[in-house]
Amino acid sequence: MKGAFRTWLVALAALAVVAAACGEDEGSGGGATGGGIEPSKTYTSIGEPEGELNLIAWIGYVEDGTTEGGEAYDWVTPFEDDTGCNVNVTYGDTSDEMVTLMRQGGGTEYDGVSASGDATNRLIAAGDVGAIDPTLFPEFTNVIGPLNPDGGTNTAHYVVDGNVYGTPYMYGPNFLMYNTEEISPAPTSWDIVFESDSPAAGSVTAYNSPIYIADAAMYLMTHNPDLNITDPYELTQDQLDAAVELLKQQNGMISGYWALATDEIDGFVDGSMTAGTAWPYNLRFTDAPVDAALPTEGMTGWADTWMISANAPHPNCMLKWMDWTMQPEVQAEVSDWYGAAGSNVDSCQATKDFVQELYGKGAAADVDTIRYGFCGDADFLQSLYLWKTPLPDCGDDRGQTCTDYSEWTQKWTEIVG
Amino acid sequence: MAAIAEHQPRDDASSRASAYLFRHPRGRLALTLSAPLTWFLVVYIGSLLFLLANAFWSLDVLTSEVVRGFSLDNFQTLWENDVYRTITIRTVGIAAAVTITDVFLSFPLAYYAARLASPRARNAVLVAVVLPLWANYLVRIFAWKIMLTPNGFVNWLFELTGLGSLQLGRSNWAVWLTFVYVWLPFTLLPIYAALERLPTPLLEASSDLGAKDSRTFWKITFPLILPGIAAGSIFAFSLTLGDYITPEIVGNTQFIGNVIYDNVGVAGNTPLAAAFALVPIVIMAVYLFGAKRLGAFDAL
Repeated sequence: MKGAFRTWLVALAALAVVAAACGEDEGSGGGATGGGIEPSKTYTSIGEPEGELNLIAWIGYVEDGTTEGGEAYDWVTPFEDDTGCNVNVTYGDTSDEMVTLMRQGGGTEYDGVSASGDATNRLIAAGDVGAIDPTLFPEFTNVIGPLNPDGGTNTAHYVVDGNVYGTPYMYGPNFLMYNTEEISPAPTSWDIVFESDSPAAGSVTAYNSPIYIADAAMYLMTHNPDLNITDPYELTQDQLDAAVELLKQQNGMISGYWALATDEIDGFVDGSMTAGTAWPYNLRFTDAPVDAALPTEGMTGWADTWMISANAPHPNCMLKWMDWTMQPEVQAEVSDWYGAAGSNVDSCQATKDFVQELYGKGAAADVDTIRYGFCGDADFLQSLYLWKTPLPDCGDDRGQTCTDYSEWTQKWTEIVG
Repeated sequence: MAAIAEHQPRDDASSRASAYLFRHPRGRLALTLSAPLTWFLVVYIGSLLFLLANAFWSLDVLTSEVVRGFSLDNFQTLWENDVYRTITIRTVGIAAAVTITDVFLSFPLAYYAARLASPRARNAVLVAVVLPLWANYLVRIFAWKIMLTPNGFVNWLFELTGLGSLQLGRSNWAVWLTFVYVWLPFTLLPIYAALERLPTPLLEASSDLGAKDSRTFWKITFPLILPGIAAGSIFAFSLTLGDYITPEIVGNTQFIGNVIYDNVGVAGNTPLAAAFALVPIVIMAVYLFGAKRLGAFDAL
């Protein structure tokens, strides 16, 4: 017994030594303290393609026609034929997973990622991704106004301190999906998922991620103006606490959180879920009486960006891929397969042509609806509170008083319980 | 030197080395073991120590960067927030429930296979138990997810009994059921092995001396297979304790692993994750200590 105790003491002492030793070599590692963020690398030219391309992507973002039921969708093979870059893709289920993958091998394993706003600013701040010169990509002039680095104001998730990190791909809203048989009249407010007297209590669903805290904060912008929330992603401690309070109330009404789109689709189909935040993809693939509602408080949303690793092993293939994915015809296919809007305004007409050919006349009208994220509607896009990573820097005169994503994560743990 | 060595294989350096090794068995042993030992120390122990060292670092609130200095902040966070205690208790509770259930399910099956069944039936049972292990873990979990939906197989079966409906989807019950299924082979096999080694003469002697079946079981069988049960329980308990995929897919609440996973990635709070990772390590240390006393390691 005494021997065992001594072993433990030795182990603890060894630990302390390791902790201290590792501490010495790097007092304060980074440079992103206040002030501006400088890109760790800026790509200004496209050279000869290297023959290989390693991507991290959301499922459905890189299709080569081999997915069952998706034989009509292939924007990888033409790219491979054209550039000689052999595309290898690793799918990430969550933004967390994507960040972890992106950092593997010091960022030398993967060339790029289809990053959502809840991860992009963290990747940028840590120097994991490089900036690009937008003039390398002619299609940048056709990027929809709010997302265009040239004058757009909904770009905080990928344009930082004037530097452009990546090329915009698809975007979409987080609208309210509800079961039309269980809930009528159609809801007009998010109160149906937050307030305890909701007719959907017990069958509410919510997105299982810390970024969902922003949805509650956005709701409070209307319903508790005294909190002075100006941006649902820039919350001071008090504002965060209020949002967390609301989400804890919501927790009592939840039948299940969804992390994968299929979780929510299954929940609506089997009837255990009747109302909750959803993506266009979820709406389109739910085989149940459901519809989308656009609550008056507004909506959060996401805009995904192809970002290139600062240490990309095949930068030229990646830059070629970024150029390729800005083409209207490519975004049209993604738009239909994934259920999102293309960031290139020309992609909307291309989407209409594509779906008309696929489903016949009449299908094109759908592209102007929420099912395709109101493709090309700049006012709608401007109204979305697009995901961006909460950082300590509020980005305004409040300075470094905001709560960051690690704190949101801890709060999210508390909410889910 | 190298060029000379190439042309003269019986050079004095190499022959001296082999002579040295011939005369020093300890040197020989050191040379044989040094590669695997280095691997073990650096890769396994080293990374573990690094992880634990992480637990004493902290996250700078302003820069979101890891500060590499000694601090107990993470432990304070874990201690002061009820939620981490709740999650720990839930994780340990379900792990214990899964372990007990698995042992109870394993015993009759193992007993049948080891002591009663014909060789052919025994093989059938063992293959049936081991076969699922060759299917992907995720596939098996998703199978349970589908079976436990409101329109799924489990509810359909229950409704046949006329007792109404049974909604287990996305609950701790679903997590428990799935774990019980997934880890069953890991408890069954050690118990089977222990039962198979049970000396028949002892059982016969017991009954010759007039002991009833129940007395024979408690006095002979049970003590002899206890190490097997303990060994099997280590698997079921530790695997449940460390899992985070099953709760994510079939459950509605978090396990220790989910919290750790959430804090790595975008949040970048590896220190807190590392600190929380210490909790299951300590729990397992205590558990293994207890299992060792029951002789579990003799049965492995």
